[in-house]
Amino acid sequence: MYAFEYHRPTSVKEAAGLAGQAEDTKFLAGGHTLLPTMKLRLAGPANLIDLGQIAELRGIERSGDTITIRAMMKHAEVANSPEVKEAIPALAEMAELIGDPHVRNRGTIGGSVANNDPSADYPAACLALNATIITNQRKIAADDFFQGIFTTALEEGEIITQVSFPIPSQAAYIKFRNPASRYALVGVFVAKHSDGVRVAVTGAGSNGVFRVPEMEQALSGNFAPEALDGVAVAEDEMNSDMHADAAYRAHLVGVMARRAVQAAATRG
Amino acid sequence: MTATGIGAPVRRKEDQRFVTGQGRYVDDFNRPGQAHAYFLRSPHAHAAIRSIDTGPATIMPGVIAIFTGDDLATDKIGGLICGWMIHSKDGSPMKAGPHPALAQGKVRYVGDHVAVVIAETLAQAKDAAEAIVVDYDVLPAVVDTAQATKASVQVHDVSPDNTVFNWHLGNKDETEAAFARAKHVTKIDLVNNRLVPNPIEPRAAVGEYDFGTDNYTLYTTSQNPHVARLVLSAFIGVAPEHKLRVIAPDVGGGFGSKIFIYAEETVCVWAAKKVKRPVKWTSDRSEAFLSDAHGRDHVTHAEMATDENGKIIALRVHTTANLGAYLSTFSSSVPTYLYAPLLSGQYDIPAIYCEVDGVYTNTAPVDAYRGAGRPEATFVVERLVEKTARELGQNPAEFRRKNYITQFPHVTPVIMTYDTGDYAASLDKALEIADYKNFEQRKQESVRRGKLRGIGFSSYIEACGIAPSQAVGSLGAGVGLWESAEVRVNPTGSVEVLTGSHSHGQGHETTFAQLVSDRLGISIDQVSIVHGDTDKVQFGMGTYGSRSGAVGMSAIAKAIDKVIAKGKKVAAHVLEASEGDIEFKDGRFGVAGTDRSMAFGEIALQAYIAHKFSGQDLEPGLKEGAFYDPTNFTFPAGVHICEVEIDPDTGVTKIERWTAVDDFGVIINPMIVEGQVHGGIAQGVGQALLEGAFYDESGQLITASFNDYCMPRAIDLPSFQVGMTVTPCPSNPLGIKGCGEAGAIAAPPAVINAITDALGHEDIAMPATPQAVWRAAQKSRMPMAAE
Repeated sequence: MYAFEYHRPTSVKEAAGLAGQAEDTKFLAGGHTLLPTMKLRLAGPANLIDLGQIAELRGIERSGDTITIRAMMKHAEVANSPEVKEAIPALAEMAELIGDPHVRNRGTIGGSVANNDPSADYPAACLALNATIITNQRKIAADDFFQGIFTTALEEGEIITQVSFPIPSQAAYIKFRNPASRYALVGVFVAKHSDGVRVAVTGAGSNGVFRVPEMEQALSGNFAPEALDGVAVAEDEMNSDMHADAAYRAHLVGVMARRAVQAAATRG
Repeated sequence: MTATGIGAPVRRKEDQRFVTGQGRYVDDFNRPGQAHAYFLRSPHAHAAIRSIDTGPATIMPGVIAIFTGDDLATDKIGGLICGWMIHSKDGSPMKAGPHPALAQGKVRYVGDHVAVVIAETLAQAKDAAEAIVVDYDVLPAVVDTAQATKASVQVHDVSPDNTVFNWHLGNKDETEAAFARAKHVTKIDLVNNRLVPNPIEPRAAVGEYDFGTDNYTLYTTSQNPHVARLVLSAFIGVAPEHKLRVIAPDVGGGFGSKIFIYAEETVCVWAAKKVKRPVKWTSDRSEAFLSDAHGRDHVTHAEMATDENGKIIALRVHTTANLGAYLSTFSSSVPTYLYAPLLSGQYDIPAIYCEVDGVYTNTAPVDAYRGAGRPEATFVVERLVEKTARELGQNPAEFRRKNYITQFPHVTPVIMTYDTGDYAASLDKALEIADYKNFEQRKQESVRRGKLRGIGFSSYIEACGIAPSQAVGSLGAGVGLWESAEVRVNPTGSVEVLTGSHSHGQGHETTFAQLVSDRLGISIDQVSIVHGDTDKVQFGMGTYGSRSGAVGMSAIAKAIDKVIAKGKKVAAHVLEASEGDIEFKDGRFGVAGTDRSMAFGEIALQAYIAHKFSGQDLEPGLKEGAFYDPTNFTFPAGVHICEVEIDPDTGVTKIERWTAVDDFGVIINPMIVEGQVHGGIAQGVGQALLEGAFYDESGQLITASFNDYCMPRAIDLPSFQVGMTVTPCPSNPLGIKGCGEAGAIAAPPAVINAITDALGHEDIAMPATPQAVWRAAQKSRMPMAAE
């Protein structure tokens, strides 16, 4: 790790101000991507702005047909939230599947969404649930937010403050883990909304999280695993590495999608 | 026999400190004035070093010194050694290239040591290392084991075709003749995947030099501190043996990787004198992946011949063993004498011939890893036996039984003399525990759920209790493999045992104390086990090859016998009887036929106060030492049965049942033995399903972190059903065979035999990852297409 200046603001405004003034800054949320990278000397920001002391970034609220989770809520808090469990059980279950207990008690929704790791779980949830990512500057639809591996619509110094999720009628997330890292090799989030079904896939795509319109169309007509027979994702858009080549990933997308639909439909 | 004696499942004495965080590992030792070392490592698999410019780095904050290979050469520090001479079949000695602690002119694998920076802090040392400018002439690399001899790249000038040795063992002519008359020949091609040992504690070293006394001290993560001292003094030459103290304190696992004498500890001792400061180095996990000696990495073609009665009549094996870029301390023995002598397995095979080509590649050195050669041999034998049984249409359990050795001692064609065993007893017990008779029913139930179920056997044998010194000397070992012990009885009757064995997870502080408790009739609380310090223990050969029980404890038993004999002399004086009438029983010295007796502790006190005998008749004190050299290897053996269920949609293999029936001879502590079995199976399952070290074509290690190198987790393992059979080992006084490696040896073929049984074909390699199994399951689904 290289030396850096450590800042600990207590408001979003103060954090944004620090980011505006200081050179070469990084926001620190749970730190589960940033800190290992810094330890390996692959990243060396001059200034680290820790968002951990900002009260306004904490909390989960339900309002009408929406669940809003503030950015510094930890995965374990989302997994155990009575509001989330009641409104969108699939989202609580997804949070429960992230990493291990250490990760779940440090990692945050805001950090995961802002990082847009191609194997992260939250981006799939955001896309499938048609979430809105709210920052200190604006509201961004999930469809516009995720722009490829480790790339988002966030501008320099922009801070995610909350993510709001419309409550679907049925949803489920099924993940096939990378045997080594336990990140999603393929994760499929399926959500049935009043205006149709959304299917989002993480881990598999060569350009990060993506939706599968063919599956959405098929499922909007018939929300059952059989509806996906004969529907496949294109191999040439899949990621390929030593753990899973494109053909295997493409196949797993189909298997996980069917299992997600089954799980969502069974939940009733 | 006491409540804490042999056979009692005593809880581990050492766990109090380990589970409460009070263990003291090398990194916990911080010496006054200590500086920190950081090694600049090669980013290239193969490159000539044109120049190293340390100038800009030298003037950076906190930098004390920067050394390169030239500095070691100037001080005439020798290279690292390989302590086992292998001769090729033409009689020529193995062709070993130089192994400098810091590179001299060339780097040969990613992670090779280029320079060391010594600075006030580790961060400063790292900063300075980044400022060293190395001008590399990058060369093509040779990585692939099977292609090493055909590559245009040569790793060492002295080794044409990258061949270190072409070695062989067995009766070639008889083998060829048997194959010529065989009714059936089964052939198999196998890769034994390369593994990274990954003990939980990474390697570390602190070197210290005392200018007042001219004494050196090395704190190091070692399984054998005396051997480290011997090599560092006699061969590498960093300090005279009598001036060098090596301390291996609590060590967090080794699995073989901490047997070896590495560049880092060599440099720390040497540099401590150069910079006049204690020098500490602690590996981080990334360095451990790159530079700890790896394990396995064999490519093998093997054939098994059977006659018209389904009896195995011959086995021939050709193996290419990847030794990495340099020969590590015992690397040459692993794919030779620790491998081919086990190719007879548990079977009566009259003719066996094995050839092994040891090859250099631009990869990390490969050396002993839990099992060391014996897992590789067992994988060959058990995969081949299973495949033969299938090809002959025979039940794999009964095919094994038909070919088991039943008469002992049994001399194999590959130089081993099995002393005892009852293989059918283990098989029977394993079949029962595994509920084999209802397997078909379970398989059908799996089929109904769209799953594939398979069952696989591994009827393994290993040679442990390493080893008779004369025998290993005749095979090329540079050392003897006896063990030493000293039993010091205190005036209060408590006992300190100094042992040359080293405990780094095995629980010696408990099991060794149980032996003392058993023999002397005192509680284990009255016994301390001292190890891991060359200033305390006179000499020892260390812990590996499942030798601490069979060899290390036998030395202790021998010393205890001497203590009892001396105690009888003391008792004879004190109890005023003739020595011949003194009996020692249940912790008391008594006069035969009388009720006169004294407790062990009372006699110990008498030995020290020496009031009841004259110095002319008897020496005061009660302390005895012994060296024990075994007369044979020991032969633990057993049967493991693995039952798997495969999800053909995802390729996930779930181990549903695991049965292990092992014959370890006499067992000191069944709880600890079961723990060893569990851990060994976990590592074996890791090799079979999860672990694999892979380099890309340029020689970059692509599995260089836990993100890509898959370690076994609890969730990957079933609850083990462990059973025991016992045939006491006749060649040592305790009847012990050893248990530390069995699981890792037995497990891989059991898993792969189960998977191939489920798949209905043999086309799967280790590690059988979900991707590989899914692909193989596609083939199973299309039997016609596969024809």
